[in-house]
Amino acid sequence: MIHFTDKQLKIPKMQRPVYLVTAGQSKFDRAMPDKRTEELCVDALTMAADLANMTPAELKGYIHTAYYGHFADHFGDQLLGEAVIHDRLGLDPLGNIGVKTGGATGGSTIWEAFKAVASGYSDCSLAMGWERMDEVPTDEGNFLISSAADKDWESPLGHIYTGYYAVMAQRYWQIFGKSEDSFRKTLAEISVKHHGYARMNPFAQAGMKITVDDVLNSPVVADPLRALDCCLMSVGAACVVLCDEETANEFAKKTPHKPLRLYSAAGSHTLRPADRRDMEIPLLPHESKDLYKDLAERFPGGERYPGFSGFLAARMAAYYGYGMSGVTNPMDDLDVLELHDAFTISDVQTYEDIGLRPYGEGRDYVESGDCYHTNPKTGEPGKLPSNLSGGLIGCMHAVGATGIMQTLEVATHIWNRWAEIHGDDKLWKKFGRTKPSDWTDLQVKGAKRGMAISHAGVGSHVTSTILMDPDHLLKKD
Amino acid sequence: MSSYGQVYVENGKYRLKGDFHHLTPNMPIRDKNDNWRLLGVTNPRDMTYIHSYGGEAVFFESLSKGKLLGTRCENPDCDYKGTAYIPFRIHCPDCLGKNKIEDFTKLAQETGKIHTFMVCERSGAFNALDKPIKFINIEFDGISTILMSYLSLGDPKFGMRVVPIFRTLDPTYTILDLSWVPEGTKASELPEGFSF
Repeated sequence: MIHFTDKQLKIPKMQRPVYLVTAGQSKFDRAMPDKRTEELCVDALTMAADLANMTPAELKGYIHTAYYGHFADHFGDQLLGEAVIHDRLGLDPLGNIGVKTGGATGGSTIWEAFKAVASGYSDCSLAMGWERMDEVPTDEGNFLISSAADKDWESPLGHIYTGYYAVMAQRYWQIFGKSEDSFRKTLAEISVKHHGYARMNPFAQAGMKITVDDVLNSPVVADPLRALDCCLMSVGAACVVLCDEETANEFAKKTPHKPLRLYSAAGSHTLRPADRRDMEIPLLPHESKDLYKDLAERFPGGERYPGFSGFLAARMAAYYGYGMSGVTNPMDDLDVLELHDAFTISDVQTYEDIGLRPYGEGRDYVESGDCYHTNPKTGEPGKLPSNLSGGLIGCMHAVGATGIMQTLEVATHIWNRWAEIHGDDKLWKKFGRTKPSDWTDLQVKGAKRGMAISHAGVGSHVTSTILMDPDHLLKKD
Repeated sequence: MSSYGQVYVENGKYRLKGDFHHLTPNMPIRDKNDNWRLLGVTNPRDMTYIHSYGGEAVFFESLSKGKLLGTRCENPDCDYKGTAYIPFRIHCPDCLGKNKIEDFTKLAQETGKIHTFMVCERSGAFNALDKPIKFINIEFDGISTILMSYLSLGDPKFGMRVVPIFRTLDPTYTILDLSWVPEGTKASELPEGFSF
């Protein structure tokens, strides 16, 4: 049993508030043979300028530092890619730095830019992320991704990252899913939901109208995970621009939306799940010890925490983020989420880590209908919709850009600009995609607060990025 | 005449022998749907990394001798003194003192049990295991961590008792030299090159 000190558990207190003023992203796809990475980054920054009613040159005039998220140098075969992008964006001689935390790279990039603004070093920072996973064949891509596991102890075991999640899926299914077929079906419903929402998103690469049976009949990758349970391999870029309050107010005079208050926090845990030691469950503001006193009786085998069924890093990212922003219960305080659905099982695990449901009961977030834009059981709005972009399963997983794309998507809801951006006929045409005849407006009506979770490895790094309408904050500074 | 690249250490320096890379020409990538215009080039590359196991080298060497080593913190000033680790950890993650190396082969033979598992139908490039790969995570009495490895015989089940086997003939000196079989498996049933 290991413990943490009060100093380690201190809630971060920033020097000054930070605002997200605009954001942009490129098209996402499995391969883009006709574009260099820098062209995708220019696309993202140009969109950010458009959304702020500025020219790219005007927007760049505000930027003081740049943070670049790019997970895998070996995918792009380019060290110091940050310098290439920085130059092509015309941002020299500003200070810039690369950020790499696996699948959480996008969220971590925002975390760094957030601290630059909060500390007073910069009044305006760019957080830009990208990935291109089309420069090697798929099996070599899987090999490269597996290099994010321990190269001596894990990677040689098949060089397939899905496998490292599948052992978690098996354990979770047995303990908390009680080995029921209905739990496997719930996992499939997540894939159906995310591919379905991706159909309404012109940026997304894998919109599909599929059924639970389609998921359950898709090829097995690593039992019990099948092809349609897994995230995509992608190419694309995304960015956000963060400012202090004074600069945000300048933006507010020009942009058609409010600057959004942004909070960012991070947690971590071992690279190898093998190294996880038993500990007490760290509690979120709305949880008490009593909640888990009979966990092992209700779910025999579930007494080990986080074991192979939870992500301590996600729990800690939520703990710090909720403490900073005043969230006491995410189901009541938040309106929209983007979660890191690398696999359907990790989506469910994350529901519990961030407190949407207690540990052991994550499936209920799907089965109740709370996770949907429109609850299929009641026809009413879902209580807390997640991954309306399509997530990593339906939209993209261009790793360095993913956490930034998620944050952009949450922002579009709070800005009440989701339909304007995602329903734009010209954009569908520009991306060479057909807007579905049953295209549906997925705007979460009245959204004031949301969160994006960015996640690496088998839970090695996780960030929480919380956005709020500044007129609907939960905590005084 | 070419030979695989080989490395040894002499006086603290790497000494290299043989071929470490092979030059393959790049090829143009063209667009079939657009008059075969040029889009890019392939960049083939064949490289050999020279990797040190450092303080874990003894673990990988021991697999080839039929031993499963782990470590334990014995620092009397550490709050977590006595914590034992498989996978092998060179240093205690709490006090950062050097852990004591212990032979846990017998413990593994007597208490190894499948904590979780999966059967993998696919692999990434450069995979050396036969498919489907049966990943297993094994828990041991008195050990704080859970080892990931693979099952060579039988079908994995939760709680199944398993025992370690070692590639003592033509070892690879990688984690693949360690595998597991169900308790009660006969020596004659083991995969070629492996022994208890």
